[in-house]
Amino acid sequence: MSDIFYNAVPNATRVAPPRAEPRKYPTTKPERVYLFGTCVVDLFYPEAGMDAIHLLEREGIRVEYPQGQSCCGQPAYTSGYTDQAREVARSQLALFAGDYPVVVPSGSCAGMFREHYPDLFKDEPETLKQVRALAARTYELTEFLLFVCKVQLQDSGAPIRVALHTSCSARREMNTHLHARELLSQLANVERVDHSHESECCGFGGTFSVRMPDISGAMVVDKTRSLKESGAQQVLTADCGCLMNINGSLEKQRESLRGQHLATFLWQRTGGER
Amino acid sequence: MNTQARIPVIEVEEDFRERAHDALGDAQLRGNFRRAMDSLMTKRAVAFSDPEEREDLRTLGNAIRARALSKLPDLLEQLERNLIRNGVHVHWAETVDEANAIVLSIVETHEAKQVIKGKSMVSEEMEMNDFLGARGVECLEADMGEYIVQLDHEKPSHIIMPAIHKNAGQVGTLFHDKLGVEYTTDVDQLIQIGRRVLRKKFFEADIGVSGVNFAVAETGTLLLVENEGNGRMCTTVPPVHIAVTGIEKVVENLRDVVPLLSLLTRSALGIPITTYVNMISGPRKPHELDGPQEVHLVLLDNGRSQAFADSELRQTLNCIRCGACMNHCPVYTRIGGHAYGEVYPGPIGKIITPHMVGLAKVPDHPSASSLCGACGEVCPVKIPIPTLLRRLREENVKAPDAPNQVMRGQGSKYSRKERFIWNAWAQLNRSPALYRVFGFFATRLRSLVPAKVGPWTQNHSAPKPAARSLHEMAREHLAKQSAEKSGEQR
Amino acid sequence: MSARQNILAKLRHSLTGATPIADNFNEQLVTEPWSYAPEQRVAQLRKLMEAVHTEIHLCNEADWPTVLGQLVLDRQLPSLLIAPATPHGRRVSAHWDVHPELPPLKAYDRPVEDWKTELFDDTPASFTTTLGAIAATGSLIMWPTREEPRLMSLVPPVHFALLRASQIYDNFYEVQQKQKWAEGMPTNALLVSGPSKTADIEQVLAYGAHGPKDLVVLILEDA
Repeated sequence: MSDIFYNAVPNATRVAPPRAEPRKYPTTKPERVYLFGTCVVDLFYPEAGMDAIHLLEREGIRVEYPQGQSCCGQPAYTSGYTDQAREVARSQLALFAGDYPVVVPSGSCAGMFREHYPDLFKDEPETLKQVRALAARTYELTEFLLFVCKVQLQDSGAPIRVALHTSCSARREMNTHLHARELLSQLANVERVDHSHESECCGFGGTFSVRMPDISGAMVVDKTRSLKESGAQQVLTADCGCLMNINGSLEKQRESLRGQHLATFLWQRTGGER
Repeated sequence: MNTQARIPVIEVEEDFRERAHDALGDAQLRGNFRRAMDSLMTKRAVAFSDPEEREDLRTLGNAIRARALSKLPDLLEQLERNLIRNGVHVHWAETVDEANAIVLSIVETHEAKQVIKGKSMVSEEMEMNDFLGARGVECLEADMGEYIVQLDHEKPSHIIMPAIHKNAGQVGTLFHDKLGVEYTTDVDQLIQIGRRVLRKKFFEADIGVSGVNFAVAETGTLLLVENEGNGRMCTTVPPVHIAVTGIEKVVENLRDVVPLLSLLTRSALGIPITTYVNMISGPRKPHELDGPQEVHLVLLDNGRSQAFADSELRQTLNCIRCGACMNHCPVYTRIGGHAYGEVYPGPIGKIITPHMVGLAKVPDHPSASSLCGACGEVCPVKIPIPTLLRRLREENVKAPDAPNQVMRGQGSKYSRKERFIWNAWAQLNRSPALYRVFGFFATRLRSLVPAKVGPWTQNHSAPKPAARSLHEMAREHLAKQSAEKSGEQR
Repeated sequence: MSARQNILAKLRHSLTGATPIADNFNEQLVTEPWSYAPEQRVAQLRKLMEAVHTEIHLCNEADWPTVLGQLVLDRQLPSLLIAPATPHGRRVSAHWDVHPELPPLKAYDRPVEDWKTELFDDTPASFTTTLGAIAATGSLIMWPTREEPRLMSLVPPVHFALLRASQIYDNFYEVQQKQKWAEGMPTNALLVSGPSKTADIEQVLAYGAHGPKDLVVLILEDA
């Protein structure tokens, strides 16, 4: 987690924060966790949220879903409407006050909590303490399953070839691509294939996709082409923003290939039912 | 000024978008850039094959630049003192107009008619070629890439490889048309043609102009890197040498240059060092037989002091102009350098240009990014580019008459309509009751979503909310869970 | 107020209340990964220089003028520019004296203004010494002097350089320290790491852009 490197002196020249140490995970599974569903999952991919809950419950963990939750605030934050983002962020803080983990089925929203909330509240020392504590117990779904639950997934599906797309924030802020790969490698009948320019952005970027539709469109067309050319039968991603972007483009291009949230895939492959 | 009259509508057609649109439709341009950027990214990765060494070096590079900036005024004075002691004339310019005036006065003093120029992005900021050309002084580019774009009346499209948007066929045609030579696509032959033409110019030039990669305060030394030799030619053959640079290019000590050089050449081109590292500490001494009799350094501000004034934005000035950010940028790869319409393209262009020309001139720059972070990940001096882009977006949407003006042109994207939308969004997301109502309508009325929904449906099928929200499904599921549990407990 | 005063005032104002960052230069990082066993230095230098089309010949104290003479003959060079007043220049003159088949020697012994046309148009090759080399980057170290001025190693299309193996350093940091660069820099100091090149057209590497097309290094094995 990046610590905001604020000198006591406002005019001080900033030095980049030291490299983050590898994250230390709790050695035992918690009894309960919060689920922060994210607004995109809530309205467009609720089954992915439910599958995340199922996966966690199967590990013997009780999941709490505060009904008052809405959005992490990222769309306003990245658009430069910081005050508005801060007010929405503040509302989420109150809902996840218990000292147990918050699991988020989205890299960019988990990143918002962990990396950017401290920036949002840098001028409010009391709130900042609460924010830092929240950030320390926020986990993206794949890292939680892998390192805290230490899942051992049993594949009950037919052989399939999949491609994995990882959102930029998940990749760069949390190494989610590595965690997802490891989870997939536990599934015996799943072959993961690389796709060209795998680490390149799909073009979503939140409001970027509507502010700069020409450029965003070119990026998602390239990404979908690359995914198709990989020979994958199924595209997986742990981030619904990317999923919306990629699936929306595939549909518009009348392609048969589709993407699925990793949580849904993992739940279904391991015999989970809805 | 009447704020009312200035508020732009969100959907206004900006030059940037038009240029980007045109570039996106140019298959040859896109092919050229994709191939070139892929190659540069691979080269960099190979040069930095040890991730520990790479990250440690980036940390050191960042620390050296931060240290220099933390002492910038003192180092500039020390640099000036030592340069003057070494016999170099030092000039200061706040604006590009002042810088051009200084160059012109040197030109006039020497009655110069021909100026030959090594690669200098600062001279592009000054538009020096046009400025001198308009006054009857030929100002010719000597770097092969710069020479090519100048011949074609274009601006460079990349800060390290100015003609990267051109393929050999285009250069062959250009040389054939403009120089009257036989058409060829053989790169060696094309380079030899350039060598022949420019050798004559080195010989004849009255004044040589160059940039500066690092100015060392400790010793009063100007350090230049290059592969071609045009920089050495420009700084050695003509009787007068004028170096132009930004005020942020100072480093404290000579040894600071060692890691910065390594970061620069490996980040830019994936090579351990450039063919020539040229360190100049003065004009020709009385006993020496060649070199310029007069050496000048022009230190240019042009908005850098504005970036410097804000400690977050000051990090923009860490830049050592390697180009790695644009090499890794998915936006730059697709639209090329010219679409940005300014001297510096790509991620660094987006964060420095607003300081140089004002946000009002480049209102779209901060938004032309998905904030993917590829640039910040490769920046050798750890400029937090996505953070700075977001910060510029914040400045861009402030009310133009907001207090604490940090940037010229801030508020150039201020829109009452957009502000209203985000305020409404915030209200919605802060109120569980409102959010629940919104969720209900979004899901129940999902079939009413029109086929065209603004810019989204340009690239996607119409977005369709799910039949039930996660809020609903989770509430039901968790209620059932606890009912079952209490049922078990009975 | 002058531009200078305005700029400095703005910068100082922006630093009000702040203190300069301490110098925590990491010497280890710029030396440890870039250190070589003495017997490896020549090999490391060769590897890097030959990768960018430098021609390298190993010789010894006795035979290097012979090697040079043969290289000049092989290339059918019409003349060779040297610095006759230097020790290595005298060795060349002495060798040339007993080999009339070798082409004439020239000297860069007057200001460039006096013979600029001849330097540019009729000086196909030059021979200079070096102050050593850097193994880590494959670079020759040159500080041009009155005897061997700056253009001598730049204008002629072929440049022969004499390098003593005992003067090959590991890395640039070591060079700066051992040769005490910070105590006083010359008018011009150079690191030369191969013949001139460019990749400006389609990233295809082409040699001989503006500087020498050929860099030939004679490594005197005296280590």
